[in-house]
Amino acid sequence: MIVMNDVHKVYTMGQVKVAALRGVSLMVRKGDFVSIMGPSGSGKSTLMNIIGCLDVPSEGTYELDDVSISGLNDNQLAEIRNKKIGFVFQTFNLLAREEAIHNVELPTVYGDMPEKERREKAQQVLEAVGLGHRANHRPAEMSGGERQRVAIARALVNDPSILLADEPTGNLDSRTGEEIMSIFQRLHEDGITIVLVTHERDIAEYSQRVIHLRDGAVEREEML
Amino acid sequence: MRIKESIRIARRSLMGNKMRSILTMLGVIIGVGAVITMISIGRGAKADISDRIQQMGSNVLSIRPGSQRFGLRRFGAGSTLKYEDAEILEEKSTLVNYVSPEISNRAQVKYGNKNDNIEILGVTPSYQRVENSYVEKGSFFTEMDVKYKEKVCVIGKTVLENIFENREAIGKEIRINNISFRVLGIMEEKGAMGPWDMDNRVYIPLTTAQKRLFGQDHLRSISVEVKSKDDMEAANAEIEKLLRRQHKLAANKESDFNISEQTEFLQMLEQTGQSFTYLLAGIAAVSLIVGGIGIMNIMLVSVTERTREIGTRKAVGAKSRDIMLQFLVESLVLSLFGGIAGILMGMGGARLISNLAGWKTEVSIDAILIAFLFAASVGIFFGIYPARKAAHLNPIEALRYE
Repeated sequence: MIVMNDVHKVYTMGQVKVAALRGVSLMVRKGDFVSIMGPSGSGKSTLMNIIGCLDVPSEGTYELDDVSISGLNDNQLAEIRNKKIGFVFQTFNLLAREEAIHNVELPTVYGDMPEKERREKAQQVLEAVGLGHRANHRPAEMSGGERQRVAIARALVNDPSILLADEPTGNLDSRTGEEIMSIFQRLHEDGITIVLVTHERDIAEYSQRVIHLRDGAVEREEML
Repeated sequence: MRIKESIRIARRSLMGNKMRSILTMLGVIIGVGAVITMISIGRGAKADISDRIQQMGSNVLSIRPGSQRFGLRRFGAGSTLKYEDAEILEEKSTLVNYVSPEISNRAQVKYGNKNDNIEILGVTPSYQRVENSYVEKGSFFTEMDVKYKEKVCVIGKTVLENIFENREAIGKEIRINNISFRVLGIMEEKGAMGPWDMDNRVYIPLTTAQKRLFGQDHLRSISVEVKSKDDMEAANAEIEKLLRRQHKLAANKESDFNISEQTEFLQMLEQTGQSFTYLLAGIAAVSLIVGGIGIMNIMLVSVTERTREIGTRKAVGAKSRDIMLQFLVESLVLSLFGGIAGILMGMGGARLISNLAGWKTEVSIDAILIAFLFAASVGIFFGIYPARKAAHLNPIEALRYE
């Protein structure tokens, strides 16, 4: 569960201070499927970085599963990302040299899961996204849709609290995009919490609720 | 994250860039190889000289002409020692057993269609006893041969090999500077001392060498065996007194000869050799450091190339120390594999030099250990900076890096 209260984020660029977020409050409950939309410069990426624990708020509070994120150091943040966040990127960000199974395993490596358990778990989530038979292929041998499915499997392998997807269909054609979105939909039906950042309306429509950002603040929330 | 996983990742990454990895390792391979080869040569020479000191016996005094003093840099070219000096010592000295005067020069030695420029030693039969080096086959020449300036000789093993191609030599006639000499015997093997082959020699009677071959009456040196090791100093004083009288030197004049224990010279040689070994090993070590810089260079390139990978790893939960470990293991693998290959190359190099130049070499365990540890430290030292750079990348920027 995400609870954000009056979160500000200010970047210092040389002498100038740039406010990327100016008081964002929002709540995502367990099992929600939420989209965040907004024009570029609206603070989407900054908000996503904070939700994903890649960054901490300058002001305000952010609680993830009742743990306050604000005061954590880099190592503690890394641990939270490892255990509670599953990232899906627009550009997939798979390791080119590693086979699908090793890519999926990656978070478990940093989570100190025993090797045997790791392999089983990775195989299991790969099968869940329909790629069990491609476990030993490298990203270069796969289509864009397959790569994104590997990335989704990687995001799921540590059973995170939130699946955080940043424009997951941005690099895919519309048919493959729909395929990926139907996977998200199925995961949502299985009870997984999903936060989706997108600027495409028809992608956002897969979710239950859309949070519209503008100029670093929540403009409105829209129930679908 | 466990070391095992880091090693797997390092292997993947290094195998993915085989050519680059090999070229990077080459710096370390050459460095370690050079260090080991150099130390092996040095150790071999040292062992050789030590053997010779052992073999020589410690009750031998060596008399050389001129006032050779290495400390004050006075090298008398010296033609002050004569055969008569040796005769006086033999006759008058009470503390000396054997006296071996010696003259040496190079000359063209010829047999059949073979010929070579070889060191010719003019000696007396006492040579065998004083130098602890005896004839192995046939016989040495006698006092009578010396007295009558006979044209006879004894040859070393290398001469037998090169000039006679290991065929029967005793009784044959060889020509030294176009004078015919009959071969009486073959000396036992002395081995090489560093780069000097002590078996590539022909021994002839001293008088023959002086009068018939080289036309010189001064000696290179006189070696004497003192009866008892306890009398070395007394013998030294006695010889000095006898020779000063023989040379008619006034009391205020410095001696025109120099007496030293024969082992002193070799000990000095041993020390020089050792310093030289360290010098060479030091130069070789510099190339190892250059190899390390090569590793650092390539690791920095690798960190930049893999910025997005680092970002991804951090996003899924890698801590800074995980990333640090990953890149450190990678540079360590480069340097260790380079080190192992370098050790093999160094051993091969030592063997090659041994075979080609005939120098004795000795590959020692401690040289291998030192070179290996040095390579490992180079890997860590030059790996730390790139690894830290990778570890401290901001994950947000790294993920966006194009």
